Amino acid sequence: MTARYAARRRNDVIAKSLAFAATVFGLGWLVLILGVLLWKGFSGLSLAVFTQMTPPPGSSGGLLNPIVGSLFLTILAVAIGTPIGVLAGTYMAEYGRYDRLSSVVRFINDILLSAPSIVVGLFIYEVMVAPMGHFSGLAGGVALAVIVIPVVVRTTEDMLTLVPNALREAATSIGLPRSMSITRICYRAARAGMVTGVLLAVARISGETAPLLFTSLNNQFWSTNLNAPMASLPVIIFQFALSPYKDWQSLAWTGALIITLAVLALSITARSLVGSGKQS
Amino acid sequence: MDPARRRSVVDVALQEGAMVSVEAGTRARVLDRLRLGDLAFRHLTRAAAVGVLLLLTGVIISLVAGSLPAFRTFGFEFLTTERWNPVTEKFGALAPIYGTLITSFIAMAIAVPVGLMIAFFLTELCPAWLRRPIGIAIELLAGIPSIIYGIWGLFVFAPFLQETLQPFLINTLGNVPVIAPLFSGPPYGIGMLTAGLILTIMVLPFVTSISRDVFDAVPAVLKEAAYGVGCTTWEVVRYVVLPYARVGVIGGVMLGLGRALGETMAVTFVIGNAHRISASLLAPGTTISATIANEFTEAVGDLYTSALIALGLILFVITLIVLAAARYLLLRIDRRIG
Repeated sequence: MTARYAARRRNDVIAKSLAFAATVFGLGWLVLILGVLLWKGFSGLSLAVFTQMTPPPGSSGGLLNPIVGSLFLTILAVAIGTPIGVLAGTYMAEYGRYDRLSSVVRFINDILLSAPSIVVGLFIYEVMVAPMGHFSGLAGGVALAVIVIPVVVRTTEDMLTLVPNALREAATSIGLPRSMSITRICYRAARAGMVTGVLLAVARISGETAPLLFTSLNNQFWSTNLNAPMASLPVIIFQFALSPYKDWQSLAWTGALIITLAVLALSITARSLVGSGKQS
Repeated sequence: MDPARRRSVVDVALQEGAMVSVEAGTRARVLDRLRLGDLAFRHLTRAAAVGVLLLLTGVIISLVAGSLPAFRTFGFEFLTTERWNPVTEKFGALAPIYGTLITSFIAMAIAVPVGLMIAFFLTELCPAWLRRPIGIAIELLAGIPSIIYGIWGLFVFAPFLQETLQPFLINTLGNVPVIAPLFSGPPYGIGMLTAGLILTIMVLPFVTSISRDVFDAVPAVLKEAAYGVGCTTWEVVRYVVLPYARVGVIGGVMLGLGRALGETMAVTFVIGNAHRISASLLAPGTTISATIANEFTEAVGDLYTSALIALGLILFVITLIVLAAARYLLLRIDRRIG
């Protein structure tokens, strides 16, 4: 009996230490990746990165055009994706909360949410790039919008569902039409959560590379023409990191650092928004 | 709808005096406009919801249409042959499919037990004040863009593996009969094993956070009852928490698998992009997504492009099945809790 008890105690201790080791293992990667990124990224960081164009191989330069390109693409994607996502989420939460269409869209949306992003790139290539005959920043923006939509749909629906029905009833009782009670009352009550959704979507697309590879392609020069290929940070990182030139590789690390800091800042902002929303 | 008009409607409801001042005709017109606006808004939102539906339909239709030439030329053989020759325009998808499955398998084989153990630590062992920081850190790991994993994998992780883990595997497991072919050949650094390990790191946060959530959802009474009859912490987790949370954990694992299968950039950096099926895990290979990312912009000729789109379709179908199964399982959990 004591032997068996000892064995059980031993297994318990082994399992607990394994759990502890697994946690250290998991967190270790975060430290390793961020550590290397900060080290290599900061060593290449200078003012020139933000003021100069991408250089030809073998000379120094900056990342101005991909940074601006990424901003353009992100703004475009949010401008296209947010209205569609918010409206679809509104339908699912306000008008058709329990109807068939909503439950189907909910399921489809969940699948879109985790569909491989490279497939989205192929889709936009088929419907935009191939018919137009050339790569364009516009196609890149639309491809990113396809990734923004499901995130926004999901958070809008979730947040509107949390709005208490008493607010809607109060709005109706003073004679507000349904559309106004949604736009003036419910949106206002759910605002923090909906903004969080958009921020999360931006965080997600700012590092997306795969859908841009064959939609907005790349551009070594300054271009703000949405109808022409456009540079973006992730694609530049991809190209520069795989090149044999030291200058390019160092710029790739700096670009990676910029993206990561942006993504982390966005997720922390989103997190604190949700946090403050809960307290009030 | 300008503000003045809108206020009048509210006034109608609140003050009787306003009714007299507003002419009946204007009132009817305003109400009509509001009704119309209401209807328009309703249909607008409905159209957006249908739009989301059409998006997925559009993806499927465009992929099927784009891959038709390849399937028409190669038929079923496209799925079963290994050759991939852009010059002679002979394409087979077996090597990328094999690579996708193997790298995802490696990732899941490591990430699932480790993720479960982390969830075990977070829910049962971790002091309360440490839970939130660790939880957030794990979620930050999930938020890092995949290209960062790629560049890190190429410059830091692959050279590291080439000098340490891979020679070690070749010298030890490479001599064990039966599994020896898996660990033969020179240590390239990049290859299937490296890609699988990078995927492990990327999938880990998903498995962990979902497992933690379903572990947390296990009723405390069940655990207390088990502790009450003298179970150790490990026994409670093994025989009470895990069986109860089984369906949810499988759902989380499938979501992670969906991500591993479709992951592009991180894998593209470290897989080596070689269109062949090697017995050795250390050899370079390719995955569906890496092949598309590497070759699509350089693809000349309709057949080549079509073959790559067909690869995309195959990837989409595989992930669709996995994700739908995951959603179904997680839905079942929601119903039980709710």
